[in-house]
Amino acid sequence: MTSPAKTPTPLRMAVRTALILFLFVTAFTGLLAAAYQWTRPAVEAAAAAEKMKLIGEVLPPELYDNDFLRDVLTLAPTPELGLEQESTAYRARRQGAITALVFEAVAPDGYSGKIRLLIAVTADGRLLGVRVTQHKETPGLGDYIEPRKDKNKERPWIRQFDGLSLAALGERDWRVKKDGGRFDSLAGATITPRAVIRAVHKALQHVAKRRAEWFADGTRQEKSDDQPR
Amino acid sequence: MISRAEFKEIRNNGVWHQNTSLVQILGLCPLLAVTSNMVNGVMLSLATILVMAIANVAVAALRNLIPHEIRIPVFILIVAALVTVVDLVFNAQFHELYQVLGIFIPLIVTNCIVLARVEAFANRNPPLQAAFDGVFMGVGMLWTLALLGGLREFIAGGTLFAGIDMVIPALRPWQILPEDYPGFLLAILPPGAFIVLGCLIAWKNWVEARAAARRSRGQPATTLSNLAGGA
Repeated sequence: MTSPAKTPTPLRMAVRTALILFLFVTAFTGLLAAAYQWTRPAVEAAAAAEKMKLIGEVLPPELYDNDFLRDVLTLAPTPELGLEQESTAYRARRQGAITALVFEAVAPDGYSGKIRLLIAVTADGRLLGVRVTQHKETPGLGDYIEPRKDKNKERPWIRQFDGLSLAALGERDWRVKKDGGRFDSLAGATITPRAVIRAVHKALQHVAKRRAEWFADGTRQEKSDDQPR
Repeated sequence: MISRAEFKEIRNNGVWHQNTSLVQILGLCPLLAVTSNMVNGVMLSLATILVMAIANVAVAALRNLIPHEIRIPVFILIVAALVTVVDLVFNAQFHELYQVLGIFIPLIVTNCIVLARVEAFANRNPPLQAAFDGVFMGVGMLWTLALLGGLREFIAGGTLFAGIDMVIPALRPWQILPEDYPGFLLAILPPGAFIVLGCLIAWKNWVEARAAARRSRGQPATTLSNLAGGA
């Protein structure tokens, strides 16, 4: 090239900036990859611990002696539970017999989108507890379904489900009091509890229908599909 | 190094004169979504202070290597990469804190405050000055968001510090108005955020106008610099 360095041609300039941009992208992608690799074990461990803690809240320790995070049932997409994708149910066992099942359900009709729930049911169809794992309800208004955000610390709203079953509560009682049911709700925020109550009720009905299948004592690690009755 | 006057100017700009929320009106999306209570507003600001300081220092240190023509894509690359790294490191190393602050960190990537400060300040100044600019811009955001969140939750539910128990478990939210206060829902819904922010901007303009009027009458200008300095 004969042109002096002070006035670079457009082509040279384009190549130069492209090269510099490429170097920046490479460097920062490398940084991201390194950070991801370095933090992954800790992030995964933390996620597992969090799941364990949440399950621990709904599953009393005297009900299991197994490692239920490894004793799982893979559920096909289940519209009755609001699940569009495969999900995992954890089986709590004591001396080999399944005592309770912990599974996910989704209330599709929250005030602002889906509310993801974690539900624990005993072998005789009694609710051990329900926890909200993910939601986008209005902060300070509909988020009392999360015990951490519930102002009533002694008896958070979500604990109304503890111990309930289809046998204990008739079809028409699975509603908020405002609609003639048995459940409390806060004034100004009834869409959220309605969605949660409906989802839990439907989940219980689904469990009742599938009880024979889900609570059958299959060997560990087996998928539900090829499980003998 | 940094001179005292320079430091003072950076501080006053960040906290008052160029306040991100009240003057530059930047980053409104996370601002309005998050300030439904005071604790959330403060948490978002703390995360922003951290990210802005880091991003400003990184850009200031690399500023001589970045060609003018492609500076914006490079800035975005740097900011996005740094925020992601901060997010990952927080999640891995300070998990307790991450559960409180974590949801706010990804919000910052979309926040144009960071990009604006990188472009307007860090690109033209040495790293130390840039670090102070990031921190004080964040401090300006902190007090504004704390005020905004506090006003909104007080009007909406009669409380202050709602959610503080998630940050410091020993503390409890403060119920100021009686329990049977019916609440004023609008305040914590998005329109309430706009209304309260509008009132805050009007208040700031009023303070400035009063100070300017006093100056023009020949009295010593006291309020403005004292207010900004004391904040």
